[in-house]
Amino acid sequence: MGLQRSEEELAGKSRKAQLIQVSKNYRSVIRACMEDMHQAAISTRDPALQGQYSTQVSILSAMELIWNLCEILFVEAATAGALLLRLLDWVRLHVCDVDSMVREVLSSESPSKHKLFWNVVDVFVLQGRMDEARHLLSKEASANPTSMNMYKILDDLMKKMPVPSLGNTQTLTELELKWQHWHEECQRYLQDGTFASNPHMESICKILLGDEDAILEKKELMTTWYHFLVTRLLYSHPTVKPMELRFYAQSSMDLFLGGENSPEPLDMILMAAFEFEMHQVIKECSIVLSNWWFVAHLTDLLDHCKLLQSHNLYFGSNMREFLLLEYASGLFSHHSLWQLGVDYFDHCPEFGRVYLELHIERIPLSTEQKALKVLRICEQRQMHEQVRSICKIMAMKALRNNRLGSALSWSIRAKDAAFATLISDRFLKDYCERGCFSDLDLIDNLGPSMLLSDRLTFLGKYREFHRLYGEKRFPEAARLLLTLMTAHIAPCSFWMTLLTDALPLLEQKEVIFSAEQTYELMRCLEDLTAGNPDKQKFQDDDIETTKVEMLRLALARNLARVIVKEGTVEGS
Amino acid sequence: RPEPAVSTAWLGSPDNRISLWSAGDLGNAGLNGEYHGEPHLLCDIQHNGDVMDMQFLDQERIVVASSTGTVTIFRHHQNNQTLSASHQWEKAHYHVDQDTCSGGAACTGVICNNPEIVTVGEDGRINLFRADQKDAVRIIENADSSTLHAVTFLRTSEILTVNSIGQLKIWDLRQQRNEPSQIFSLAGDRVPLHCVDRHPNQQHIVATGGQDGMLSIWDIRQGTMPVSLLNAHEAEMWEVHFHPSDPDHLFTCSEDGSLWHWDTSSNVSEKPSFLHQGGRSTAYLSHSTINQSVVSAWLSNDPTKDRMEITNLIPNQTLSVNSLDVLGPCLVYGTDAEAIYVNRQLFA
Repeated sequence: MGLQRSEEELAGKSRKAQLIQVSKNYRSVIRACMEDMHQAAISTRDPALQGQYSTQVSILSAMELIWNLCEILFVEAATAGALLLRLLDWVRLHVCDVDSMVREVLSSESPSKHKLFWNVVDVFVLQGRMDEARHLLSKEASANPTSMNMYKILDDLMKKMPVPSLGNTQTLTELELKWQHWHEECQRYLQDGTFASNPHMESICKILLGDEDAILEKKELMTTWYHFLVTRLLYSHPTVKPMELRFYAQSSMDLFLGGENSPEPLDMILMAAFEFEMHQVIKECSIVLSNWWFVAHLTDLLDHCKLLQSHNLYFGSNMREFLLLEYASGLFSHHSLWQLGVDYFDHCPEFGRVYLELHIERIPLSTEQKALKVLRICEQRQMHEQVRSICKIMAMKALRNNRLGSALSWSIRAKDAAFATLISDRFLKDYCERGCFSDLDLIDNLGPSMLLSDRLTFLGKYREFHRLYGEKRFPEAARLLLTLMTAHIAPCSFWMTLLTDALPLLEQKEVIFSAEQTYELMRCLEDLTAGNPDKQKFQDDDIETTKVEMLRLALARNLARVIVKEGTVEGS
Repeated sequence: RPEPAVSTAWLGSPDNRISLWSAGDLGNAGLNGEYHGEPHLLCDIQHNGDVMDMQFLDQERIVVASSTGTVTIFRHHQNNQTLSASHQWEKAHYHVDQDTCSGGAACTGVICNNPEIVTVGEDGRINLFRADQKDAVRIIENADSSTLHAVTFLRTSEILTVNSIGQLKIWDLRQQRNEPSQIFSLAGDRVPLHCVDRHPNQQHIVATGGQDGMLSIWDIRQGTMPVSLLNAHEAEMWEVHFHPSDPDHLFTCSEDGSLWHWDTSSNVSEKPSFLHQGGRSTAYLSHSTINQSVVSAWLSNDPTKDRMEITNLIPNQTLSVNSLDVLGPCLVYGTDAEAIYVNRQLFA
């Protein structure tokens, strides 16, 4: 992510340094994983698991090997001179089969008597670790004074060997000249037979001269063809240019493998890298590695180095985007890593959004907290469709579980008026069936969310009517009731219930409804009954007709009383 | 909670575990009087379902609320550094579906006051358990028609709950009726409230955090609306905590990836003390004569005017900070990036 964010920042040299740093970070992550795996492999007692972990460790170390090489060749784009140094570091870091042998010899009482002594010296020489080689040789020399002369010469040669330096203190041509001189000097000593009595030293001298056969003799100490390649380059072409690598690489591999073994996938990948065929590298890695992490991130890094030509794949996105999309899609199927997937999709300009929209709706929403997180992601990206659909899913779930308050809160979040209407209908249905409201804490406290849907408003107001009635504030209750009907807030199906609620008010000793109001009520009643004669609505005819009759009677009586009351002088 | 130990949990993986970590030894001073260690894992154990909330019951036992509706007590055996499940209440929270028989509902919050444990869940139910008893001591069915997000103790027999329609309710557990004794709500939209905490010393001061990231401070002695509303985070506020020993400090963490430290301690010296005549506070309620010696900084009129210091403790925020806890100079928080952070020098 840090890499994506630093898009607009520094250009030029410092950008390169930044990219190298990012690459190093990736590598250290791989190494950390390797460490953990290694620990797990050692500590587990199950042999099958142990085998699995060990395989993982070797895969991770291969990944780091490849990444490191790519970093040297592509990201850092080391030039002649520096290139060799980097490659030497690379080899020293990764060819560690010999480390235990080295440790053994160094820690023994008198190293020069150890049977593997000369092997270790050879390893040092092959890896260009001159100082350490010389240090060991001095031990041999002090133990064996007869060869003092030979030792001195060899030591001198090794000390004087010109190597590329990083600090630009010498140009390539200078280095070449010096090296030429040195090479000739070594040649002379060899031909003079200075080292003839000690075959070990003689072979070292031959190695220093870059004699391929001599180097090949030490095959087991090098273990890999790329080690052979680097050693060859060190001792025959230290000023090798990046573009020349491919020839040496190919020949090194052929010489080393000698036609007995065929190259393995790892070898092919490294070869492609030496040939600077980036696409080939990525392609081979994709085939070999089972998971997209490596190729996706490597491609992204290379893309940021502006190294990948964006040739469009036939389905429209470039390679970087394609790989990132694949990787991120994989993340979404993971239970907890899906949040990271979101970030990846955000940085795929062409198809990221579409992929995200499709994936995010399919995340299983096991708890409300998870749903809230998903919603927040959608809202931040203005994905309104998804917000609505997720809220609807959660609200339906809540409704099925009879959690009407939760359902309402989800529909408020989605500003979903239709659903709010559904919920209110449910409440009203419950009321009709049971004769009282459930979840009073919700309805009493709807607040401004009441306005989300008409039905909800009706529910809130209706409840308020009941409250007013309970508090015996009859005039207000009456007014509210009337408004509910005349302002058409109440659904038609509910009018009968409302009118029935009006009955007790009509029957009160005190006159509550004014004449106007009574006329209104009568009109409502007529509207209600007039529209229904042909409908089969009133199944239980008796009860309904009785109700209607009672209402008519009550209304008429109320009208009479109120006319009288309003007609008299003291009447209000 | 015991000192340098911290417990964490993984959300959302089929392989959920409860882990106990030691946050580095605070007690051991090195040569220069400081010791910084990495938190290291002491022990862990498998857990069924996502961990929604957890609390230490006492030095050795942890109560964990699961998304499957189960509440479990884990015991930490210090001699061999293992965790074991010592008691479990399955189906503490469940839905009764019309179609299927009944499924688990997530238990969203748990609070302990040894030996009592109170849990709340997405089913709107409140359970009161005792640590040594197999069955629940009291169950308040359908306490709420919406999801109860968090619970905390107000007094030994009273609890506070917050729900997803923006209501703060007080329940008196001594009374037998299944109704809250008081309901508070926000004035405007019914924004869901996700977390609640009570001032450690002054029990009438309560802080809640909402889905819109707003921090509300309530005085439950008066009125039904909050004393102050502070626009804080840009997304859901998951947890709010007063510092247990230094309650002028408040901490909140949020889905937007930030963790804020609210510091009103600079106010204390300037507080009017006795004989506060009161007058009208700006928005919500009037301070009538208050017989306390120090009016808490949290209830003052306008926190912004009174120089409350607010700092974001996370330098590079990315994913949500889901949970935090604070004890002494130590702050711990966990994020969605599967990371736990320990800040041991909070007031340095």
